[in-house]
Amino acid sequence: MAVVRGASPAGTATRRRRRLLTRRDKVALTLMVGIPTLVHVGLVWVPALGSIALSFARWDGIGGLDTIQWIGTLNYRQIFSIYPPFWPAVQHNIIWLAFFVVVPTVFGLFLAVQLDKQLRGSRIYQSILFLPVVLSLAIVGFIWQLIYAPEQGLINNLLGRTEQGNLIDWLGNPKLNIWAVLIAASWRHVGYIMILYLAGLKSLDPTLREAAAIDGANEWQAFRRVVFPALKPINVVIGVITVIESLRAFDIVYVINKGTNGLELLSVLVTNNIIGEASRIGFGSTLAVILLVVSLAFIIPYLVVYFRGSFSREVR
Amino acid sequence: MAVTDAARAAPRVAVATTGQRRRIRPARVLLHVFLIGTCVAWLAPLLWAVYTSLRPYAETAERGYVSLPGHLGFSNFTTAWTNADLPRYYLNTLIVAVPGVLLTLLFASFVGFAVSRFSWRFNVALLVVFTAGNLLPQQVIITPLYRMFLLIPLPTWLNDTGTVYDSYWGIIAIHVAFQVGFCSFVLSNYMRTIPHELTEAALVDGASVWRQYWKIVLPLCRPALAALATLEFIFIYNDFFWALVLMQSGDKRPITSALANLEGLYFTDLNLIAAGSLLAAVPTLIVYFTLQRQFVRGLTLGATKG
Repeated sequence: MAVVRGASPAGTATRRRRRLLTRRDKVALTLMVGIPTLVHVGLVWVPALGSIALSFARWDGIGGLDTIQWIGTLNYRQIFSIYPPFWPAVQHNIIWLAFFVVVPTVFGLFLAVQLDKQLRGSRIYQSILFLPVVLSLAIVGFIWQLIYAPEQGLINNLLGRTEQGNLIDWLGNPKLNIWAVLIAASWRHVGYIMILYLAGLKSLDPTLREAAAIDGANEWQAFRRVVFPALKPINVVIGVITVIESLRAFDIVYVINKGTNGLELLSVLVTNNIIGEASRIGFGSTLAVILLVVSLAFIIPYLVVYFRGSFSREVR
Repeated sequence: MAVTDAARAAPRVAVATTGQRRRIRPARVLLHVFLIGTCVAWLAPLLWAVYTSLRPYAETAERGYVSLPGHLGFSNFTTAWTNADLPRYYLNTLIVAVPGVLLTLLFASFVGFAVSRFSWRFNVALLVVFTAGNLLPQQVIITPLYRMFLLIPLPTWLNDTGTVYDSYWGIIAIHVAFQVGFCSFVLSNYMRTIPHELTEAALVDGASVWRQYWKIVLPLCRPALAALATLEFIFIYNDFFWALVLMQSGDKRPITSALANLEGLYFTDLNLIAAGSLLAAVPTLIVYFTLQRQFVRGLTLGATKG
């Protein structure tokens, strides 16, 4: 086999491979990349762009596409000023995110660190704590209704507060219900965080910790100064997951009360404007664009950092 | 991912157990007490649902839900199963999930193969688009998608309403489109760990691109494919949102989405809600108990790169 000696080995390999590709190979490759790309772009990114376009429109969806009226930024102005559920929804999404960062993430990390200690029965603990992760948030909502129900629920019965005068309406009280739902959602989220951190901890170089121990660091010092900084890649992943999950949250509040009365979220408002009584396509799209902008603000920096890192290390 | 497995077998075990075992005993005991307590608390909601589901409504109405059982039985399960016609919804889920998972993995392995084996200028851009698309909240795209599905015609022998809206085709398509982002990302990472020499040798021997994919790369990806198949099955099974919005007929919806309607119609008391939601959870629990390692691997494959 005549191998051309080029400047860099990678360059040679590329050139050699390209030369060896037949016409049929090129067709095959084009189809292999083209079909999935078409499906993905056509059903994800085209609608995302569609949301942006429709956010400047008024359309009730009843007539054809020619009945769309273009109204500039009116939808945006109305949402920010006179659409009552908008700011509560923003507030709830922010609460959701803050709670997810503070409670399940910290607790999940704590559990992961404990379970990484070569404990007897660690696998069993992991299996139990991870179990809720396979349940859908809709089912989590149903299961927790049995606990939160005002008169028949577990908590109120244990507290003895099932009478009309003193009962606690966990899911009906708009000041309480977001917290009750967050606890239920965290029940599922903790296991997810735990398993990701466990994978991160297991992939750490064991000599790191040994070095810290030799230097006389205690457990907390070793964690703070050595282990946690070394977990940075996984921290970034978990940060992005937490943000996205907080923006996506929908199923559980929809199951509980269709996202009303204290459980408004941006995702619910978008949905209400298409499958609710009034179909307001433009208005719903504007809310979707707000979600899109917030999510891309987190997604893009993450991907830039990720791909720059992984591809600069890789020669090819 | 390979790193994770290797580290598990690392000699850390020996180091930790010999030197420190005796000293940290009390702390260990405390830790076990704490973990057992946490695990009991973690299981409590599920066990409570099981307990509630096993008791007849009449008894709980009389004695209250927090009370000792007089009679335990599966009558709530049989009622939920037959009244709500649950088998139909399990079938709906299968109609969506099986082609959904297979197509997702097929497409994702195409993209992963092309991106990891051949250097093009657009490799990274393509992966960025795919991954970013998968990270978008579903609600960002739902409004135009809903309108698109209403506008795209389907012959009536494929769907009786004559549109992609309210059809299994539409639900399968959006699952595949959405999930292929994540799986391409994972599989391209995985395939990059397969030595280039393997496919290069085949190329030199005159094997076509398709042959390299089908005969060399894909078989080597079996572990990743198994993990992703498990994960994707759970993801698609647990989907609530797509079928809720993109399907109008309640009786066509997969089980997770159907639950929202069934609750009001058939699951009229907490005992039946408990039984119904447990029945809906059973397939995922079975997958979890039989394929837990695959599921966990699937999740962590995406987060920790190889």
